[in-house]
Amino acid sequence: MTATLSPPRQGHTRFARAGFLMRVRELGIVLAIVLVFVAATSVNPAFARLDSVQQLLIGASIIALMGVGETMVILTRNYDLSIGSILGLSAYVIGMTFRAHPGTPIVLGFLIGIALGAAIGAINGWITTALRVPSLVVTLAMLYVIRGVDGVIVNGSIIGSDVVPRSFQAVGFATLFGIPWMAIIVVVVVAVAAYSLRSFRWARDLYAIGSSPEAADLAGIPAGRRVFTAFVVSGALAGLAGALFLALYAQIDVNGGTGYEFLVIAAVVVGGVAIFGGSGTVAGAALGAFLLNTINQALVATRISAFWNQAIAGALLLAAIAFDQWLKSRMTTKLQLEKGALREQSSD
Amino acid sequence: MPVDASDARPVLELERATKSFGAVRAIVDGTITLYRGEAHALVGENGAGKSTLVKILAGVHAPDSGDLRVDGIDVHFRGPADARDAGIAVIYQEPTLFPDLTVAENIFMGRQPVRAGRRIDRRAMNSAATEIFTRLGVVLDPDRQARGLSVADQQLVEIAKALSLNAQVLVMDEPTAALTNVEVDRLFGVVSTLRSHGAAVLFISHRLEEVFEACQRVTIMRDGAFVRTDPIEMLTVGDVITAMVGRKLDTMFPKTPSHPGDVVLEVRGLSRTGIFSDISFQVRRGELVSLAGLVGAGRSEVARAIFGIDHATAGSVTVDGKPLRLGDPLAAMAAGIALVPEDRRQQGLVMGLGIDRNVGLASLRRLRRRGLIPRSAERLLAEDWARRLQLKFARLTDTVSTLSGGNQQKVVLGKWLARDPRILIVDEPTRGIDVGTKAEVHRMLDDLTSQGIAVLMISSELPEVLGMSDRILVLREGRLVAEIGGSDATETSVMRAATGQEAA
Amino acid sequence: MSNQATELAAPQRLNSLRRGLFRWESGLVIVLLAVIVFGAGEVPDFLGSTNLFHVGLNSGEIGIMALPMLLIIITGEIDLSVASMLGLSGAVAGVMFEAGTGIWPAILVALAVGAAGGFLNGFLVARFGLPSIAVTIGTLGLFRGIALIILAPRTVTGFPTWFTSIGTTPVPGTPLSVSILIFFILAILTAVVLQRTGLGRAIYASGLQPEAAEFAGIRVRRIKLWLFVLSGVVCALAGLLFTAKNASVTYNAGTGLELTVVAIVLFGGASIFGGRGTIVGLVLSLAVIGFVQQEITQLPASATIQGIKPQLQQIIVGALLVLSVIVPGRGAALRRLLRRAGSPKRTAGAQNPDVHTSEVTTSGR
Repeated sequence: MTATLSPPRQGHTRFARAGFLMRVRELGIVLAIVLVFVAATSVNPAFARLDSVQQLLIGASIIALMGVGETMVILTRNYDLSIGSILGLSAYVIGMTFRAHPGTPIVLGFLIGIALGAAIGAINGWITTALRVPSLVVTLAMLYVIRGVDGVIVNGSIIGSDVVPRSFQAVGFATLFGIPWMAIIVVVVVAVAAYSLRSFRWARDLYAIGSSPEAADLAGIPAGRRVFTAFVVSGALAGLAGALFLALYAQIDVNGGTGYEFLVIAAVVVGGVAIFGGSGTVAGAALGAFLLNTINQALVATRISAFWNQAIAGALLLAAIAFDQWLKSRMTTKLQLEKGALREQSSD
Repeated sequence: MPVDASDARPVLELERATKSFGAVRAIVDGTITLYRGEAHALVGENGAGKSTLVKILAGVHAPDSGDLRVDGIDVHFRGPADARDAGIAVIYQEPTLFPDLTVAENIFMGRQPVRAGRRIDRRAMNSAATEIFTRLGVVLDPDRQARGLSVADQQLVEIAKALSLNAQVLVMDEPTAALTNVEVDRLFGVVSTLRSHGAAVLFISHRLEEVFEACQRVTIMRDGAFVRTDPIEMLTVGDVITAMVGRKLDTMFPKTPSHPGDVVLEVRGLSRTGIFSDISFQVRRGELVSLAGLVGAGRSEVARAIFGIDHATAGSVTVDGKPLRLGDPLAAMAAGIALVPEDRRQQGLVMGLGIDRNVGLASLRRLRRRGLIPRSAERLLAEDWARRLQLKFARLTDTVSTLSGGNQQKVVLGKWLARDPRILIVDEPTRGIDVGTKAEVHRMLDDLTSQGIAVLMISSELPEVLGMSDRILVLREGRLVAEIGGSDATETSVMRAATGQEAA
Repeated sequence: MSNQATELAAPQRLNSLRRGLFRWESGLVIVLLAVIVFGAGEVPDFLGSTNLFHVGLNSGEIGIMALPMLLIIITGEIDLSVASMLGLSGAVAGVMFEAGTGIWPAILVALAVGAAGGFLNGFLVARFGLPSIAVTIGTLGLFRGIALIILAPRTVTGFPTWFTSIGTTPVPGTPLSVSILIFFILAILTAVVLQRTGLGRAIYASGLQPEAAEFAGIRVRRIKLWLFVLSGVVCALAGLLFTAKNASVTYNAGTGLELTVVAIVLFGGASIFGGRGTIVGLVLSLAVIGFVQQEITQLPASATIQGIKPQLQQIIVGALLVLSVIVPGRGAALRRLLRRAGSPKRTAGAQNPDVHTSEVTTSGR
């Protein structure tokens, strides 16, 4: 009746422009990292020292690496909870290989880890897609089965730094122009993944599957194959993370990697990957990992307590998903109002 | 572009297709022929089988029998992808887009232009999208996220997708239902562009003025069967309406003269932003009032708001003069309102539970004896209503999914009647059920009104509306546009009000 | 009408008899018998009261946590934070006791913390509409993290004897541990609620068809909210029993038990998709897993097996979990696989997404 309302049709285009929200989110995380860094440094100036910053990078590396695979899985509306266990098993098997064959080339060590992870990822993916079992259940069960298998293989023994070759350990502590090798490897993986997720059809399919499974179906996207691939990649990267873990700590016991799946999911979600699938970037996930790790080490540096880490990760995860949901519902309400106003207008 | 049906070869032919879902025969004779360069309308009442026919063309449903030919060659679609590859694109009323992806990606999903190394060429993709939009004469940012697009813009994206596939046949299922006038005009511009490129456009619509404005030929369906196909200039709106609704007058409605009593339900200024606005009406004891209108006019939404499933944003509902707390189904139930919802399988019944459990589901508090629900009480209640409603079943514990549509509807009715409602709202009470049960439901509704219950019926079947109602309220685009007395109403007068043909 | 009913009745009854024989619970009874027979043959005094006491002692808290988990899973949600809540409750009680508040205030506050934690879960799931998996993965970390903050790296001991004796002595006159007795009482209550009350009907309906439940006046979201609160309180109770049993509190008590709890519920015949599950199945499933674990620890075995017994248990529980999700859908899954391998030509492709997904050729431009 009253035609006074004239909603701006393209008004929030910039707001809805692809990637805009994502960039805001990523900018926010960078800002948070800077804030934490500045705060920690003001309390303890040693926090800004080179070796401390190197530790920040190294500490975030493993989580960020696994975050790449987890991002791909979550994009398709699935979960991979088995990655922490894969990391543990991979590190163990590599360590055992070095123990049994002391001359093993270090590259082979990495390849073993990646292959093992990929194989477990393939099992996860196969059960999820072919047998139509929710991935939550499959990977939760896998988490414990691998942990059990791990224990059986290990049978009480511990892989120590005596069996891990120095050249392999070097990956964990050596630096190139002051940048730790670990961080370089992870940055390369993140960069390749980020580029691929933007640039290849199969990768865009992952987004499509998570964004709208029905529409993906109508578009003829081979959802099963893509989800399977995501699990294989996630497993392979967790296997690689196992190799890095062994290189970094030069030892592994049955509990190595326990709880990492939780930290990784927290990092990924804080980094802006939607828990409902369909949106998010690996760069964001890596930033999320870096933020969590920076907070963690800042707590240590400021002598608050290292024990806050897990609780903060959990709280940030909850805050992130709640915030995403709030944003989404606000957008829906806005649309509804706009539609109503338009209708009023046109029925005059 | 003139269409000469005699010498051109049809691009798409569907002949004598049939399709049943369980006991329900959705289509008994699906027949339609499309030629290049024509805009062809498919019209019929709600439930005439149009949507099923569309889904057959889209490859979503495989017909039980009948022939489908594309360019004269017999085809059997195994899925939507097959139909797409055959050059048939379907745009549904609710577009299916990927909300998280960009407009351009939505258009080219799985077929993105690539450059060296099979990498997606975003720039080429965006400019290809822009080019299509230019061809369509619209402005849409290809790099924008699909989430947040208006329905009209979403449809444009779907149309652009169809164009990018070089679709020869474009099927639009009620594309204008959610559009404003400006958007409709723009859509028609696009349709004529498509035709000039040689595509056939099949246009499913309820809005007859639009059909006459945009189409060259029209196919009319009724009760799942083909009625006629004619060039539009040979028909008047009246002819089309007659062909749509005119049926054999073998359905007798058991309407007994009613004696409406006091006002039981009063709805005042009820609104829900973007859905319906300023709805006011009354229903009296012993009166059957119908809400008529097209699909998408907001009838079910009004019912849902009265019952409290949805929140109304303005207005009030009073029962017996007492205001009802809105947005709370339990309050509505306590006030004596019952709602038999539109979607029996999703909303009316819990398909995995037995007949007894479903009948008792709305009466859980009444069945309670000292905190527990005695099995005997639940069984007795179900037995009682099964007998009263002449339910056909084997055992009361059988899941309702084993029942026919008609018997399922009886279970829903039983569930609500078990609460002795004062106001019964029935949404499409006879949709998808067999003729025999239909008559039973009609008799039942008449009985209920004579017992003094106020009935508010939503129905898309005009004969039912005309045959059963004391008064008919017509909704169009979320507004109450007409109130017609039961005896004054004709199929044409209701249809005209519902389609906005003339001021009622 | 009535003759139609009798006509149909005979074959239908046969059908339901067949259904009864092939019920999941019937299978569990057979498995349980096999496990017991095996144990009785291999383990000395397997059915003796000491052994039975330990079976109950080891499964008590798990069973208690499984009860609200069953209800939550029936409504189509999941709670992965149960084991963390167990740990948090113990930590809270331990810290308070250590501070000298006495045992009863410590217990009450621990239970209140359970309610608050459950409310947080329920609020985010039911009011905010967030997926319960994500929310409870978050609180899994949060609760455990808080336990870590308030307790680690200390271990609290020195609880009153009456409290710790709960974990060491059976209920007088029975071979039952206190925890398993509480489980049985709660299980009976839960069974009554599920089978004989409106709430039970509403819980099943909410899981099977939430929309239809709403339309029948069932407050689906409110029910979910309170089920999460219940889960929090009950897991806090389990945490107290766990503390009593170990006579000490560590922040990482019960880490990973969420898997066992979920496994017991699903192995008991509940559907991960909601709407299905019974207490009888849960009790049988708990018994099977309890006895199997006891067999693993009691089996006279070589030294190599000795060291890996806990790992063996993890593998078995994980395998049971996957099996109990795969097996009910096994028929359908197998048919799907065969069809995919066998005949690529099917007409009604639309119903089955994987048919056309496997055949699509994306036409490049």
